[in-house]
Amino acid sequence: MQAQRCNWPIWAGLLLSVSALLSYFFVFVWFPVTRDFPWANLLLFGIAAVLLLVGVRRAFAPERPRRSKIAGAVLATLSVAMCGCFVFATFIMARRLPASHNAPQLGQKAPDFSLSDTHGKPVSLAEILSSPVNGKAPKGVLLVFYRGSW
Amino acid sequence: MAISVDTPEISRDLCQKAGYTYTFLSDPKADVIRRYDLVHAGAGINGQDIARPAEFLVDSSGTVRWVNLTENYWVRARPDQIIAMAKALR
Repeated sequence: MQAQRCNWPIWAGLLLSVSALLSYFFVFVWFPVTRDFPWANLLLFGIAAVLLLVGVRRAFAPERPRRSKIAGAVLATLSVAMCGCFVFATFIMARRLPASHNAPQLGQKAPDFSLSDTHGKPVSLAEILSSPVNGKAPKGVLLVFYRGSW
Repeated sequence: MAISVDTPEISRDLCQKAGYTYTFLSDPKADVIRRYDLVHAGAGINGQDIARPAEFLVDSSGTVRWVNLTENYWVRARPDQIIAMAKALR
């Protein structure tokens, strides 16, 4: 009974789409080569698309029952939605950043400030730039503004 | 040094967990972040104003010698890039 056989390509395609979506945020984001452009994830989505295409064709073969066609359509739609979520999160959402035209530019003075460190002690930029490191005057300081940890 | 809207307590936990040894500064009202024009309005997890990712290399005279304002928050400056710029400082 051929019609009773499991339509494995469609399930493999769905599974691969799930891993293509999640692996960026949990694995590939930790390595600059796979993070800066998510080629590894797009490749996974590409392989998933081939499997899904094969799976959908199988599901809609005339000898297949109705439920196979419904399952095929639902799983394929879910996979496409996951690809959409991924593209939105990495290419659209992540680019919604303020332009920061008035941020200090090359050659300008970095405005001085004073903020609390992790012990609640106030630390100023001027102070950091003038306090010796290992007995020598510091060459400079790297200011890293980040979104915060959550 | 690192600057965010996180409280000193949250930053202390982060440093302990991740083993960071450089200075972490807390700007809960985003005053300095605003002065540097780096506010990303309403982008925090509870809709609060936070900093957009940005890196500045400042020399001993307080002059900006290198800036990185990413266009995509998944993409940040690479450590080797920053180390090369820092080595060029005199």
